[in-house]
Amino acid sequence: MKKNMNWKELMHGDAVAAGTAEEFETGDWRSERPVWHKKKCINCYFCWIYCPDSSILLDEDKKVAGIDYKHCKGCGICAHECPVKEPKAITMEPERR
Amino acid sequence: MPQLAKTGNEAMAEAMRQINPDVVAAYPITPATEIVMIFSQFVADGLVNTEYVAVESEHSAMSACVGASAAGARVMTGTSSQGLQLMSEILPIAAALRLPIVLCDVNRALSGPINIHCDHSDTMAVRDFGWVQIFSENAQEAYDNVLQAMKIVEDERVRLPAMATTDGFIISHCMEKIDTLEDAVVKNYVGEHKVINSVLDVDKPITLGSIDLQDYYFEHRMAMADAMNHAKQVIVEVGQDFGRRFGRSYGMIETYQLDDAEVAIVALGSTCGTARAVVDELREKGIKAGLLKIRVFRPFPADEIIQALSKIKAAAIMDRSDTLSSQGGQVFTEVRSALYEQSNKPLLTNYIYGLGGREISLDDIRRIFVEQVEAAASGKVRGPVQHFGVRQ
Ligand code: SF4
Ligand code: SF4
Repeated sequence: MKKNMNWKELMHGDAVAAGTAEEFETGDWRSERPVWHKKKCINCYFCWIYCPDSSILLDEDKKVAGIDYKHCKGCGICAHECPVKEPKAITMEPERR
Repeated sequence: MPQLAKTGNEAMAEAMRQINPDVVAAYPITPATEIVMIFSQFVADGLVNTEYVAVESEHSAMSACVGASAAGARVMTGTSSQGLQLMSEILPIAAALRLPIVLCDVNRALSGPINIHCDHSDTMAVRDFGWVQIFSENAQEAYDNVLQAMKIVEDERVRLPAMATTDGFIISHCMEKIDTLEDAVVKNYVGEHKVINSVLDVDKPITLGSIDLQDYYFEHRMAMADAMNHAKQVIVEVGQDFGRRFGRSYGMIETYQLDDAEVAIVALGSTCGTARAVVDELREKGIKAGLLKIRVFRPFPADEIIQALSKIKAAAIMDRSDTLSSQGGQVFTEVRSALYEQSNKPLLTNYIYGLGGREISLDDIRRIFVEQVEAAASGKVRGPVQHFGVRQ
C-alpha cells in the first residue's frame, strides 16, 4: 500500500484493500512472548488452528516453524492449547525489550 | 398520481414500501413506531422483498443497518428520540463508512423528564455525526423527502446516510391529503442500488472499519467533510429534478413572502405551516412579514440563509430545542455564525419554544412577528435568547 496518501487518494469510505494488516506490524504490545521448542513439537497444528492472530508460522513443507513476532500479541492461547506434556512445545516467557 | 389521506408515519411507510429496500432493521418507539409497524405488515403481506430484521434495541437496529449496507444492500430504518440516542454510537460509524442508509426520524423531546411529544432536541443532538438532515413541514413533504433522501444518499458525490424527519404527533399522527406517485414511477425514480464496496465481494476483497490512528483518521474525516460539502449541490439538484418530474420542487431552504419582507421568522418543520398562515394575515394588514424555512439542517445552508436574510431588518430564529449552552438554540447559533461577516444583517432574536410538545399557536407567531416589528423600529432586541411560552 502506498504510504502517506492524501485524502483524495483514499479508497471510498474507510475501506482499505484486504490483507493490509500483514504490512502493519502490531506485535509490540506483548507482555509475554510464546517461545516454540522445535524438539518437543509433534506438529499437531493445534497452535496454528487456535492462534487468533495467524501468528504461527509454517515452513515450505507446511510444518509448524515458529512464531511471527511482528504480529503475535502474546495472548498465550497457543501455549495453553499445546498438547505436549510439560514443559510444552510452546512456553510463555516474559517479554524483555 | 393517487391522492391519499395519510398521516406522516403512513406517508413515510408508503415511501418505504415503494422504495422496496433490501433490508430494514428497526425497533419500535413512540411516535415513530407506526412507520416500521406498517412496513413490517407490508413485509408480512409480501408487498415488498425486504429482509425485515426485528432487533432487540435501536443500537442493534443501526448496527444491523450498517452491516447490511456494508454488504451492499439498500437499507432503511426508522426511530425517534431515545431510540435515536441509543443509535448514537453507531450513527457516526455509518457516516464514516459512507453507507447510504435512510432513516425515517420522528422528532421527539429527549428524556428527561420523560416526554413523548415533539421537539427537535433528539435530532439536533446527533447533528454533527455526518448524516444529512432534512426536516418536513407536513405529511406530503415527509413522503417526498424520504424518496429524495434515497436519491441523495446514493449519489456518488455524497454517499453519506440521511435522516428525513417529521415532527412527532403534529405530523406523524395527523392525517392529511397527500399526492403519492405510482409504484412503477418510484421504482424507476430510485433506480437500481449501486454498490461501491461490498464486504461480501470475494472478487474484490476489502477491509472495512479497520483501526485508523494518527496516520489516516484525519484524511478520512476530511473526505467526509468534502462529501457533506458536495451534498449541498446534490440536494438542490435532486430537489429541482423532483419538481421537474412530479411538480413539487425543493431546495436547501424555502422562502415565503420574503423577497420584500422587513421582518421574518426562521423555522424548521411543522411550525413553518403555522407561520405561513400568520404571514398571509399580516400581509393583508400591510405588514411586510416573511418566512424562511430551513429544510436541510445538515449540510447547513449558510449561503442561502445569508442571501435570504440580506434585506431583513429583524428576524426571529425559532429553535425547538436548546443547546443549554447559554448561547441559544442550535439554529440560532448557526444562523448567527453564518451572518457574522455580513455587513447587511438583521437584528436576531432567538426564540426557544415548543419544548416537549408545548403548543405554538397562531397567536404566538403573531406576537413573535410583532416583536420583530418593534425591534426593526427601535433597532434593539429584548435580549438575544428568549424562552418563549414558558411560565415565568
Ligand atoms: S501468543 Fe497468541 S497471538 Fe501469539 S502466537 Fe500464540 S496464540 Fe498467536
Ligand atoms: S500445539 Fe504444540 S505440538 Fe502442536 S504444533 Fe503447536 S507447538 Fe507443536
